Amino acid sequence: MKQSLFESRHKAEWERFALALERLERGKDTSQVGGFPKAYRRLCQHLALAQERGYSSFLIDSLQQQVLRGHQQLYRHRSRLGANLLSFILADFPRLVRAEWPFVLVASLLFFGSLIGVGMLVYVFPELIYNLIPADQVREMQGMYDPVAGHLGRPAERAASEDWVMFGYYVMHNIGIAFQTFASGLLMGVGSAFFLFYNGMVIGAVAGHLSEIGFGQTFWSFVIAHGAFELTAIALAGAAGLQLGWALIAPGRLTRSEALQRAARKSVLLVCGVMMFLLIAAFIEAYWSSKTSVTPLTKYLVGAGLWALVVVYLLFAGRTRHAPE
Amino acid sequence: MLEPTAPPRKAPRAPPLDTRHQVETPEGIDLPLRPAGLMVRAVAFAIDLGIRGLIMGVLFIALAFLGKLGMGLGSLLLFAISWWYMVLFEVLRQGRSPGKQWMGLRVVHDDGTPIGWSASLLRNLLRFVDLLPFGYFLGTLSCLHHPAFKRLGDIAAGTLVIYSERPLMRPQLPDAEPRRSPVALTLAEQRAVLGFAERQGDLSPARVNELAALLAQPLHISAPKAVAELNGIARGLLGPT
Repeated sequence: MKQSLFESRHKAEWERFALALERLERGKDTSQVGGFPKAYRRLCQHLALAQERGYSSFLIDSLQQQVLRGHQQLYRHRSRLGANLLSFILADFPRLVRAEWPFVLVASLLFFGSLIGVGMLVYVFPELIYNLIPADQVREMQGMYDPVAGHLGRPAERAASEDWVMFGYYVMHNIGIAFQTFASGLLMGVGSAFFLFYNGMVIGAVAGHLSEIGFGQTFWSFVIAHGAFELTAIALAGAAGLQLGWALIAPGRLTRSEALQRAARKSVLLVCGVMMFLLIAAFIEAYWSSKTSVTPLTKYLVGAGLWALVVVYLLFAGRTRHAPE
Repeated sequence: MLEPTAPPRKAPRAPPLDTRHQVETPEGIDLPLRPAGLMVRAVAFAIDLGIRGLIMGVLFIALAFLGKLGMGLGSLLLFAISWWYMVLFEVLRQGRSPGKQWMGLRVVHDDGTPIGWSASLLRNLLRFVDLLPFGYFLGTLSCLHHPAFKRLGDIAAGTLVIYSERPLMRPQLPDAEPRRSPVALTLAEQRAVLGFAERQGDLSPARVNELAALLAQPLHISAPKAVAELNGIARGLLGPT
């Protein structure tokens, strides 16, 4: 068949397809595009014919363009994200954490190990803190947790409106750190390991120093509640990063890029869970941890309760299947 | 050399010399995507950076009047804009942030489907590594090295930055009497003759004559008449002879 005949025979069909395509792309009323998949396959067939019969470049290119646009409308990746938020929170996220337990274990050891280790060291050898953290930062830190000052977390008086400021600041700062810890895992996992160790070290040094100079009460009662979510989140972000790095180091039977893509798809879900944890942490930190009207004992109790909650959630949530899944 | 008889129709095509990325669809069609290179992506990023700077500047001035509440909102906004600007635009506007739209680019998955939440989040989170150790150094290296110009974030997320398709204009074929080709043409030769006719408007007359003269001998025609003859063959391929 000659090209002009082919074109004149199918012209009307192509124009109808272009119209449906435009409607879909604009996201308009999609009731009139029921026959779209069929029309799309017809168009694919026409393209194949046109290529096979050596029709002109213009015809083939324009058909190819239509097919590409149709392809964009017809095929989607199934998004596992946000499709079912509730089941993600209730079951999928803790399940994923348990499934990736080797990475979670290594990341936790790196982070909490350096935190506790450095904390003890600084507690025993107090002058060590000045090797780890600049002196004026140490002074600022001491100002924040001075028991006589009567306020917490920041050196100025805090009104209710300031809780807002701190909430914004914590979200920005903490999620930034978690994202960094995750992303740098792409460097063969070295970046994640470094950030896990480094953050653990800084937090441990501050904790050890403040306990040693007798500000322990104000410090620990301040951090215990939101620490449950914040520290766990950073460890989990590191685990996600280590997973990326491990896919590059030991891709198994896949090519490195394929292994990386698969690991990335899983780790991005972990990161979503991490963000959820950090939002909760920022909320607690801004509105509960900074309260001075609550006695330290209550704070310790609530904090311990939250730690237990996080551990129980990660270990046991989603073990049995429920109806909503 | 033209072959004397019609060649087999299923001759394997030579791999193209250009940077096209072929995607095979479930319908068995090869869709060519055109990956965008480093420079055009850098310009698109610079535009996006400028827009973000502008938004933040305006918002911070506005929020400064709100005092403390404004500061809190400001840092939330800073967070949202620095980490979510790209993701939101890419997912909600079919892979185009304003800068990419300006430069005629968009982001798709490797298989040509529109980018989704997880891939977009991933490629933009991993931007942090591309930025290392300074000014997109690793990203640039990776982009220059990769056949489809991917930065590290694109490799991990399985995404591709491509040129958006532009509307095509129907080319005007030069007038000629339709005629049959004196020898059987292969598919590639048919396309070449049609391409010659379709692109004639963009070439200088001297170049047109030069190209046509190459075919004068194998088609058994005299060189000065070769252009008209080829246009005739092209017309003949399109319509009735």
